Amino acid sequence: MNAIILTAIWGVIMMFGGVFFKRKSTPLYWAIGGLVLILIANCHELMTLQPLFAADVKDLLVFDQFNLTFITIALSCTLLFFLLSGRDIEKVGEHVSEYFALLFFVLCGVCIAATYNTLLTLFLGIEIMSIPLYILTGSDKRNLKSNEAALKYFLMGSFSTGIMLMGIAFIYGGNTNGSFFIEHINLGAGKMPLLIAVGLVFLLIAMSFKVSAAPFHFWTPDVYDGAPTVFTSFMATIVKVAGFIAFIRLFEHAFGNVQIQWQGLIAVIAAATLLIGNLTAVFQQSVKRMLAYSSIAQAGFMLLAIFALNDTAKDGLILYSAAYSLATIGIFAILIKMNDYTIDGFNGLGKQQPVLAVTAVIFLLSLTGIPLTAGFQGKFYMLVAALRNGHQHWLVIFAVLCAAISAYYYFKIIQAMFFKESSEVVVDDEDISQAFKILLVITAVLIIVLGIFPTLITGQLHS
Amino acid sequence: MFGNYITIPHLLIFIPLLAGLVTFFIKSQPAAKAWSLFTAIITFGISVLSLVYSHNNELNGLAYSYEWLKEIGASFSVSLDGVGRLLTFLTAVSFPIIFVATYNNDYKNANSFFGLMLLAQAGLMGVFVATDALLFYFFWELALIPVYFLCSRWGGEKRIAATFKFFIYTFAGSLLMLVGIIYTYLHTSATPYSDHSFAIQAFHSVMLTAAQQNWLFWLFFIAFAIKMPIFPFHTWQPDTYEQSPTAVTMVLSGVMVKMGLFGVIRWLLPVVPLAVIEFDNVVIGLSVVGIIYASLIALKQDDLKRLVAYSSIAHIGLMCAAIFTAKQVAIEGAMIQMFNHGINIIGLWIVIDLIEKQLGVRKISQLGGIAHKAPVLTIMLVVIAFANIALPLTNAFVGEFMMFSGLFKFNVWYTAVAGLSIILAAVYTLNMVQKVFYGESNALTASMKEISLNEKLILSVVLVAIFLVGVYPQPMFELTKDTVSFILTRFK
Repeated sequence: MNAIILTAIWGVIMMFGGVFFKRKSTPLYWAIGGLVLILIANCHELMTLQPLFAADVKDLLVFDQFNLTFITIALSCTLLFFLLSGRDIEKVGEHVSEYFALLFFVLCGVCIAATYNTLLTLFLGIEIMSIPLYILTGSDKRNLKSNEAALKYFLMGSFSTGIMLMGIAFIYGGNTNGSFFIEHINLGAGKMPLLIAVGLVFLLIAMSFKVSAAPFHFWTPDVYDGAPTVFTSFMATIVKVAGFIAFIRLFEHAFGNVQIQWQGLIAVIAAATLLIGNLTAVFQQSVKRMLAYSSIAQAGFMLLAIFALNDTAKDGLILYSAAYSLATIGIFAILIKMNDYTIDGFNGLGKQQPVLAVTAVIFLLSLTGIPLTAGFQGKFYMLVAALRNGHQHWLVIFAVLCAAISAYYYFKIIQAMFFKESSEVVVDDEDISQAFKILLVITAVLIIVLGIFPTLITGQLHS
Repeated sequence: MFGNYITIPHLLIFIPLLAGLVTFFIKSQPAAKAWSLFTAIITFGISVLSLVYSHNNELNGLAYSYEWLKEIGASFSVSLDGVGRLLTFLTAVSFPIIFVATYNNDYKNANSFFGLMLLAQAGLMGVFVATDALLFYFFWELALIPVYFLCSRWGGEKRIAATFKFFIYTFAGSLLMLVGIIYTYLHTSATPYSDHSFAIQAFHSVMLTAAQQNWLFWLFFIAFAIKMPIFPFHTWQPDTYEQSPTAVTMVLSGVMVKMGLFGVIRWLLPVVPLAVIEFDNVVIGLSVVGIIYASLIALKQDDLKRLVAYSSIAHIGLMCAAIFTAKQVAIEGAMIQMFNHGINIIGLWIVIDLIEKQLGVRKISQLGGIAHKAPVLTIMLVVIAFANIALPLTNAFVGEFMMFSGLFKFNVWYTAVAGLSIILAAVYTLNMVQKVFYGESNALTASMKEISLNEKLILSVVLVAIFLVGVYPQPMFELTKDTVSFILTRFK
């Protein structure tokens, strides 16, 4: 509760503060300060389960240890994002405090999407998450690609929201309790009424769009590529994992009883996502676009949790979210500093900036899923969950083969950094401050620590 | 021994690991070389200590278990039993030999090179001592990463593509093994803390139907088959051996391929015995085909490194076939041969490295008559070549004789075909010896000088090992007795 209210308030403060901030660098400090306050308030609520604001939400939102831990992770990743890439947000355009305000509104949406208890609040959360992103995508106003990406995102996003609303309406009309509450949809284990089945499929489509699962992923590469890289970093991590938490929450509480009936569909979607994401990433020359496709491939792996829908799956999804966000925020932070976004642009980074290169290796190893990194633990939990479910074993084999393919494009960057020479300056030295390097090292250490002791997160999820 | 927290397998992993991390910060090449040799010798000393302990049957210092991920049933448990002792000893022996033999090589960024070598040693030790399946998987992958960087940075011209292929191939196999491990894990019985367990005892006592075992067998075996490698998964090996720097090739062929055989012995045979019996003909058939195929290709090789690479595939193929016969004499022979093959092939690589350093070429067609200029080198090489052919009095003879006995008891025809490999090995090895060392010397080899004292010393160590095990193999059998009997009980 604290997080929702405070992020909304702070967003407004940032917005109006823009009138008063004299220098371009001030909004960042206010943003970081505000985020730290929100994080502290959220941790307080996590420990005591008592919000500061005694607002009666009439069960529209529910706050338990699981949700609050996820919000803590999302806020911490955003803090890391601000610390690593905050300076680059200032370089996007003129309205710096508006950008931060929008980011805080997105965070508010993320918190709502993690704690919703009715379909209406789900809709609210998803929309509050997405609409500021449409603006942020197009914030590089003079760049045609950015404008195109924003329009594309807005149109396809609105379309999918329409489908989601239609699905919600069908579910409302179809269920015997006549209720929006996801618990009350109460499908017995028998055959689903037609209205509910259609509603389920529509909701599946809408949520798949939001998390960029195939075949609803076509907007992702263009939008991620066109948006300013620093906002791509935010979209590809925090917003996507929030989408997944909303996804699994919906399907576990509302449709958990009839899982057998829709499991095959999710399996096919997961397999398609893995295949398309990994295969297309192999052929990319631009690292930014490659990371966009890689986020689709990682989404494919996270879909295994929706497929499995057991305790290991939920714990694993949170772990995977944390691991994936840390690694991707890190690698994007390095990418933003590069002069050339192609793979060849990384040539020789190992020699010129060893700290950046070594931390980039750890991030890439984590994304591939090499043991000792948090990314491996995430994938491991997903595989355990999927095998524990016991159906559709082919999906697990398919997933690991696709993970092997992913090693190809992640390692191409490692090869460029260490095994190829370049005479050009890969990164401008003025951009790399000592604090930046220290933060990268801290992120890398966090990834390794989580890789050895994943129970630091998964142990916190259940009281 | 040193209390409950520091045991020998612990030290075997963490001494190379910490030493390796320290090496990255040593800027001067001579200091880095000296430091890594020093720590490799310390690791060797500790490994000898483990042999002494096992001989005196003081087994307390040889096992250790620490709670790691209690909720999912994974623990950091390591122990040194039979085959583990043999292979950790092989690892501990090889690294000092490799460092001394390549001491005069010049490496750019030597601190990274030696750091990565020591990290690879730590990973290899971990594979051989882990008694927890998740820990085993961790070390299996972690042994791969330093080798990837070593080959890609310090290798030959086509190194990047060759190493990439090696990495992706092995990684895909390991991921399939991970699925197998998780599947087995989900069928283990509950412990007081968690629903399932990764401990090796739980894996050995898991009850699986024949159908499940068949499926699991292939998941595990493909990973091991790629590692060994067995035909038809061998295509990565000759290119990678050729393109790696020689010190790394020594590690790869001397120790790393044993990971595959070790995996079969410890994690495949006891866990899915029914499937092993079901598929033993398939595997032995593939191995025998591989032996003949590799030997025939070795006949036609001009490059010394590729010849030894193919010869290695043939030797490993025989060991794999022997293990799958599930006969006592064959398994004992395969175990002792794992050690012998490691020593012999490192000896071969040392000689090839010496020739390449002095003359700059590895092609048989461009060499000849080295014996005129370097007689001591030649004599030593001839002995190692005899060991490669498995002549009596050499260590390889003991192993091969036992393996063929077991294979004969299993099926006469496989033995007959595999026996051809002895002849073929003699042909390509002696052909290589004749063409490279004897005959007329040409303009290039006229500049060959005799090898220096430390090089002679290190080759003598190899020779001593060859003869010692050749005439007195009994200690090796003692070492691996408990593992062999454990495997055989699973098959009854």
